Amino acid sequence: MVLCALSIFGIVALIATELVVRSHLAWSQFGFGFFFKAFIDPDSKLPMYWDPVNGHFSALPFVYGTLVSSFLALLLAVPLAIGVAVFLTEMCPRMLRAPLAFVTELLAAIPSVIYGLWAVFVLVPLLREHVNPWLIKLLGWTGFFNDDNPTGLGFVAAGVILAIMILPIISSLTREVMNAVPGSQREAVLALGATRWEMIRVGVLRNARIGIVGAIILGLGRALGETMAVTMVIGNTPQIQRSLLASGSSMASVIANEYAEASGDLHLSALTEIGLALFIVTIIVNALARLLVWAVTRGAPAQVH
Amino acid sequence: MRTATDGLATGLAVLSTVLVVAPLVAIFVYLIYKGASSLSLAFFTQVPKPEGETGGGMANAIVGSAVLLGLASLIGVPVGISGGIFLAEFGRGTKLANAVRFTADVLNGVPSIVMGIAVYSLIVYQQKHFSAFSGGVALGIMMIPTVTRTTEEMLLMVPHAVREAALALGVPNWRSVLSITVKTASPGIITGCMLAFARVAGETAPLIFTALGNSNWSVNLNEPIAALPLQIYTYAISPYDDLHRLAWAGALVLIVLIVAAVSLVRYVTSRGVLKGAS
Repeated sequence: MVLCALSIFGIVALIATELVVRSHLAWSQFGFGFFFKAFIDPDSKLPMYWDPVNGHFSALPFVYGTLVSSFLALLLAVPLAIGVAVFLTEMCPRMLRAPLAFVTELLAAIPSVIYGLWAVFVLVPLLREHVNPWLIKLLGWTGFFNDDNPTGLGFVAAGVILAIMILPIISSLTREVMNAVPGSQREAVLALGATRWEMIRVGVLRNARIGIVGAIILGLGRALGETMAVTMVIGNTPQIQRSLLASGSSMASVIANEYAEASGDLHLSALTEIGLALFIVTIIVNALARLLVWAVTRGAPAQVH
Repeated sequence: MRTATDGLATGLAVLSTVLVVAPLVAIFVYLIYKGASSLSLAFFTQVPKPEGETGGGMANAIVGSAVLLGLASLIGVPVGISGGIFLAEFGRGTKLANAVRFTADVLNGVPSIVMGIAVYSLIVYQQKHFSAFSGGVALGIMMIPTVTRTTEEMLLMVPHAVREAALALGVPNWRSVLSITVKTASPGIITGCMLAFARVAGETAPLIFTALGNSNWSVNLNEPIAALPLQIYTYAISPYDDLHRLAWAGALVLIVLIVAAVSLVRYVTSRGVLKGAS
């Protein structure tokens, strides 16, 4: 049984060695510049990011796509998730609590390919027909919402579907952290004559803030590595555009799209290196998040989620 | 002023809950509506028709998923359960157990596509061909951390008095663990495994370049095999309406599996010996 428990370390070691070995070729060829340098075409003076035919590989557009879609998702999801957690722990009638908790749990278990399916047939047409024109009219002057992409696929679509997917995770962890705040804290603040909101702000949120940051970081970790739903709606073009309505590509989506039919060892190796980067980043992000959540809930009784 | 702020904050919290729950319910209802109207007997009995032709089903994908999941369970369930027993019973409170628990949680957050690359490099690259076997291994490895953690949580819900009663009768620790604690928690452990099973049943990313998918019948472990989530993915991004319908039906089948598993876990943990034992 110790052996089986140790197998967890074995898995991590296995993934790490396989990724390092298989990405060696790209690493020795491009070094660190792989993630931030692009090959400049001598004729057109335009940057060439990803050109498997001529052997030019740069992960820059994918790093950009992953970061943009993830932060967009956090921007949309965090306020909503905290609102939901506050409602569920502090305001909700007892009757509603169990069904709502059940729904969140269920949503966290829905496979990402199904979110993707829904996004392709419902969300993207909705954005294309109704939301995007409105964004262009209202915010077009910022340069972030230009209309040069009639498909509706792109960073905004990816950000919205990611937000929907990470909401349950962030809100259920936030709830857990808020539940770990002792009731005496709430009573003490209430006894000073605070209203319910002041009690939540001073007594609960302030005490739970480290854990809430942990929950948000965990959501970020999910968003960074999310593959299928993003692949289905981001548009899959290796480019960097200022407009959030433009289509792009993320680290996970390029792997999903090209790995099975990679055109040679260098291509495969470059894709593996993107995977390695994803692995290291998500390990760090998750470890950090877990430590923060643990710091708050350590004293609280164990719960089944 | 203070009451107004209070009211505003309450309003915002309620609003965000509605904003979150409404689209989520919409997803669900839409899925059930679309899926139910596309399900038919042919879906379960026929293999896909060539692109552009109407009709056909996903029988090969359902069988393929079953093969992959059977293989995954063979790897993930025994290793995961033993690991969980170690964490909850033998290693409780030790540094090693804490490190394992932490690593398992972190591993749960590693994107599944990374697991796919690792298994590709370990098996597919060496064998020079895609295979059902490699897909099953990828899913099995993904099950291990989940099963380990749920098994541990279920075991921790068994009251201490039960363990103490067994030990007081002079039973050695290992027997007490295996035939008393694990037995008491077994409904929980089994449903925990079902939950892990349902989760990997929907995994697509690690299968794209291991199991690859197959539009014909195949149960050969050495050949590419079809899988339900993979098929949903390919059909969803294809241009044919008929394939879209199949994708919705497949999604409904997956969802039913997952809803069943999640509800069962909730039911088991909310009743009997396991209730409130923590």
